[in-house]
Amino acid sequence: MFGDFTANKNIDFDIKPGEIHALLGENGAGKSTLVKMLYGSLQPTSGSIRIDGDEVEITSPGKARALGIGMVFQHFSLFEALSVAENIALSLAEDISVSEVARRASEYSERYGLPLNPEAIIGDLSVGERQRVEIVRCLLQEPKLLILDEPTSVLTPQEAENLFKTLNQLKSEGRSILFISHRLEEVRTHCDRATILRFGEVIASCDPREETAASLANMMVGSTVRNVDRSSRNVSSDVVLELNRLSLSAQTQFSVPLSEINLKVHAGEIVGVAGIAGNGQSELFEAICGERISIKSDSVSIGGERVGKLGINKRRKLGAAFIPEERNGHGAIAAFKLSDNMLLARHASDDQKFQKGGRLRLIWQDMIQSATSRVSEAMDVRKSGVNPYAASLSGGNLQKFIVGRELDRSPSLLVVNQPSWGVDAGAAQRIRQALIDLAAAGSAVLVLSQDLDEILEISDRIAVLFDGHLSEPLNAETASREDIGLLMAGVGMATGEAKHVA
Amino acid sequence: MGFIEAVLLTIVTAATPLLIAALGELVTERSGVLNLGVEGMMIMGAIAGFAFALMSGNPYVGVIAGVGFGALFSLLFAFLTVTLVTNQVATGLALTILGLGISGLWGEAFVGVPGVKLLPIEIPLLSEIPLIGKLLFAQDIIFYCSIVLLFGVSCFLFKSRMGLTLRAVGDNHTSAHALGISVSRVRYLAVMFGGACSGLAGAYMSLVYTTQWIENMTAGRGWIALALVVFASWRPNRVLIGAYLFGAVGIAQLHIQALGFKIPSQFLSALPYLATIIVLVIISRNRRLTIINTPASLGKGFVPDR
Amino acid sequence: MSPKFSIRLEKRDQLSSFFSIVSPFIALLMTVALGAVLFAFLGKNPAEALYVYFIEPLTETWSLHELAIKAAPLILIAVGLSLCFRSGNWNIGAEGQFVMGGVAGSMLPIVFPTFDSFLVLPLMLICGIVGGMAWASIPAILKNRFGANEILTSLMLVYVAELFLDWIVRGPWRNPQGFNFPESRGFTEWQILPEMLASGRMHYGALIAVLVVLAAWVMLSKTLKGFEISVVGQAPRAGRFAGFDPKKTTLFVFLVSGGLAGLAGIAEVSGAIQQLRPSISPGYGFTAIIVAFLGRLNPLGIFAAAIILALSYLGGEAAQVSLNVSDKVTSVFQGMLLFFVLAADTLIHHRIKFSRPVMKTVMGA
Repeated sequence: MFGDFTANKNIDFDIKPGEIHALLGENGAGKSTLVKMLYGSLQPTSGSIRIDGDEVEITSPGKARALGIGMVFQHFSLFEALSVAENIALSLAEDISVSEVARRASEYSERYGLPLNPEAIIGDLSVGERQRVEIVRCLLQEPKLLILDEPTSVLTPQEAENLFKTLNQLKSEGRSILFISHRLEEVRTHCDRATILRFGEVIASCDPREETAASLANMMVGSTVRNVDRSSRNVSSDVVLELNRLSLSAQTQFSVPLSEINLKVHAGEIVGVAGIAGNGQSELFEAICGERISIKSDSVSIGGERVGKLGINKRRKLGAAFIPEERNGHGAIAAFKLSDNMLLARHASDDQKFQKGGRLRLIWQDMIQSATSRVSEAMDVRKSGVNPYAASLSGGNLQKFIVGRELDRSPSLLVVNQPSWGVDAGAAQRIRQALIDLAAAGSAVLVLSQDLDEILEISDRIAVLFDGHLSEPLNAETASREDIGLLMAGVGMATGEAKHVA
Repeated sequence: MGFIEAVLLTIVTAATPLLIAALGELVTERSGVLNLGVEGMMIMGAIAGFAFALMSGNPYVGVIAGVGFGALFSLLFAFLTVTLVTNQVATGLALTILGLGISGLWGEAFVGVPGVKLLPIEIPLLSEIPLIGKLLFAQDIIFYCSIVLLFGVSCFLFKSRMGLTLRAVGDNHTSAHALGISVSRVRYLAVMFGGACSGLAGAYMSLVYTTQWIENMTAGRGWIALALVVFASWRPNRVLIGAYLFGAVGIAQLHIQALGFKIPSQFLSALPYLATIIVLVIISRNRRLTIINTPASLGKGFVPDR
Repeated sequence: MSPKFSIRLEKRDQLSSFFSIVSPFIALLMTVALGAVLFAFLGKNPAEALYVYFIEPLTETWSLHELAIKAAPLILIAVGLSLCFRSGNWNIGAEGQFVMGGVAGSMLPIVFPTFDSFLVLPLMLICGIVGGMAWASIPAILKNRFGANEILTSLMLVYVAELFLDWIVRGPWRNPQGFNFPESRGFTEWQILPEMLASGRMHYGALIAVLVVLAAWVMLSKTLKGFEISVVGQAPRAGRFAGFDPKKTTLFVFLVSGGLAGLAGIAEVSGAIQQLRPSISPGYGFTAIIVAFLGRLNPLGIFAAAIILALSYLGGEAAQVSLNVSDKVTSVFQGMLLFFVLAADTLIHHRIKFSRPVMKTVMGA
């Protein structure tokens, strides 16, 4: 198979049969545009795509599948309320009965070592299981080219290894794999070739095995990647945040219950909570910040005060600040101006500054506006106009604003979920540095992140969240990637151990 | 005809329009569209059915007109909510207000005019069975339609590829679009199916239930049908149970008065509405059940990213 | 490929401020245009009909008074509804809250007809507000406590309220000296909301409506409560992050809108009808939904929109008299208007692209 390929940004590249080809690039480098064109969701305005030497027009995803292109999305395109077999049936061109699809799916899942139950409802499955459904769904169509968009970002290191076994088996059958990632290490170890995109153009094409992670990173970012500056910090013995046997029942069938979580975060330190998506991160965040109230008041303490039964604003008034994972619709509202987004999180903690008129609770626009400008300047938020709508900011700039909004209060405790999710490298670096600076100034910082590299980069101690259980924190300087990876897979956790013994 | 048979027959008559309208709305909602305009589409079906039956002298022309006008009227809703992505709740209300207005204007000439009755079709032999024979096999064509619809909708949703596609669109329109399914086409068809059913239910009101035109004659039945879909947690078979339960409540007033109880008629007339509220409360209390069964993209407009 | 003409939407990065202002006018223009077609269809001269409908009522003093009488309840109800709709609470039962306000407010003059002092009117208004609030609190509590859909419960309660009014007027509250007409006794002296000017029937309900508009405008644009309402409606999750309790917001907006609808109800009964009848509303509670949307959920916009919808009621009456057109035309107009308002609002959030088939240049093989 041979693919020659010119996209709207003059992209030329080719994928050979039987190779694992990495597509590297930062957020916004044009990876997803390229992939969408290959999968028929977008049409190139000029240029051509050839498969096996024949020029093709990929007008729709259905056409792409007919041409032998399969795609595993980063954010899965599965239907939660439907069964595995029904999900697979939907993507097949022919009208085959669901039971026949189930039979075939079982056959493929066995052949490629991807265990699956065709009757299961997607909503009940873990992230790793869902990915297997996506892959089996593609394989059923015998694709010549399989595209995987950041497949390992939701897997433990061990699960990722298993995925690569499957990919190598596919490769040996002569299929091509386009592997999109920003994890340089795995690209170096597992991929045959790499194409690097920046600003929508091909920057380089290389054999990743002959490159170092640093040289690949330089090609991706275009300049030497600045590491965050971790000057020494003094961790004090004052406990700022204490979780004491924090438990929370699951609210919906898709959420994870928290069980007996213990943790102390001291002034001046950053504690990282690693874990794969869907192991209770949002639930833990909600319990700490008070969006969900606990049954026992001593399950969460901030600055020595028992706050388990207090709402989010009472906790903020004790000096805590919170940054949720989702920017749009949680940490900020896209249809609101920046100043209103400022008010959103700080109307209670800064009621003296932002409100006037006593019981009337009038909004003091001038003060909010000046705080908005101050934050934008401090965090280098690029925006059009003085007070634009949040929707007009890029993800990275909005996240910088949200982080800056909380830092502006000089909180004694900052709890942040996924600080640099979906932002460009520059903004991510800036945000991480801000967290480190906050800790250096004597505040306690708790970071929940699915990005293990990020956790390793900034944390003093690292705990792992698995299925609603939190491990004992490890010292970041002595903990190895493998240890953490095992914990992320549930091996060696309180519950995991019990299962092992049994 | 005995008393019990008479009671059961009136229950069937009261339940049939609810069953048909609710089944149609169920299909619409399964595709992720919440059409609150059932009342408006029903009343359009009622007036169109009445007018066309009267003009042609043939009640079957009325039935077809009811279905056609219901579907046509729902097309308006589909254009706004699917193509222009307007707020579905507000647009549904608009459809109801407009439907009540147009039908009132159109029907003015028909007030007090005797209509054409859709006569029952007796199925030989089967209709001779004691008690249930007359009840189930000596009915009009719309009743038979309601039963066919019940099985048809069940089979369509859970046994056919198209039904699977429709459920997929209702569950996650973004993923459906990514698979190359035309979300807007599925939704247009689902809305129009709902409209056709509502129109049929309306035609039943003016051709069978009462063979005359009365303004606002659907009297909230469209809204009760909407509540039935929630009651049934989007399962066709449970719609059947709900419709007949409500049919029974609805006709209770007639029989309670006939039995000589001295309860003000207004209180009895309020029973179906109160029952709807009570049922909604009981069903919604079990949030888990509601969350699992509600089509996930219900009420949300879809604009593809290019 | 067959050439296809299709409409496609493209989301705007930020709301179009141009269309925010212009879209209600586009909707009005289109309604008037289609209205002309409708009149032609009914065999009337469109120009003359539109004049009778929309202009003539504005040319005489008495009809301006009538306009204010009809606009006042629409304003009161729609302002309340705008709070509900902004916060994502679909209260569509204002008609029932209006009726129950009228019933509760009439309790004093009907049950205690001899109690005639300057205190009666304020007490009647308070009873009206409480009656509307109580009726509106039912769907709010059922939503908060059990998650019952407020659209359906609030609407079902409209039918119940109407039947209740019908029963009480024909039954216990019927005027003993009323020759068996289904009416309550007429209100007298202190029980009547007085007229404001000597020139016509407009009563103080109009003034109350103006004050409510101003208060609501201040609340929505200047206070934290108004901010809370928008946040909860725009993004419930962000509302929880901001520490706003969505259940309290739901109860608040239902109580305010129910209270305002109840106030409108008793003001209508006490000021305009001056007795209780089996039906006290020409559908104000539903028309107010249209008013709220046409006014873009903004109190000042609602003020203007209410006048337009009130005009459609008056025009309907005028057209019935002078053109022999059914007054049902009014509800057709109102329904069309809401449709066009919603359709035109699409322009605020989206760009509309009409796509024609594009010739694809086939690259050399």
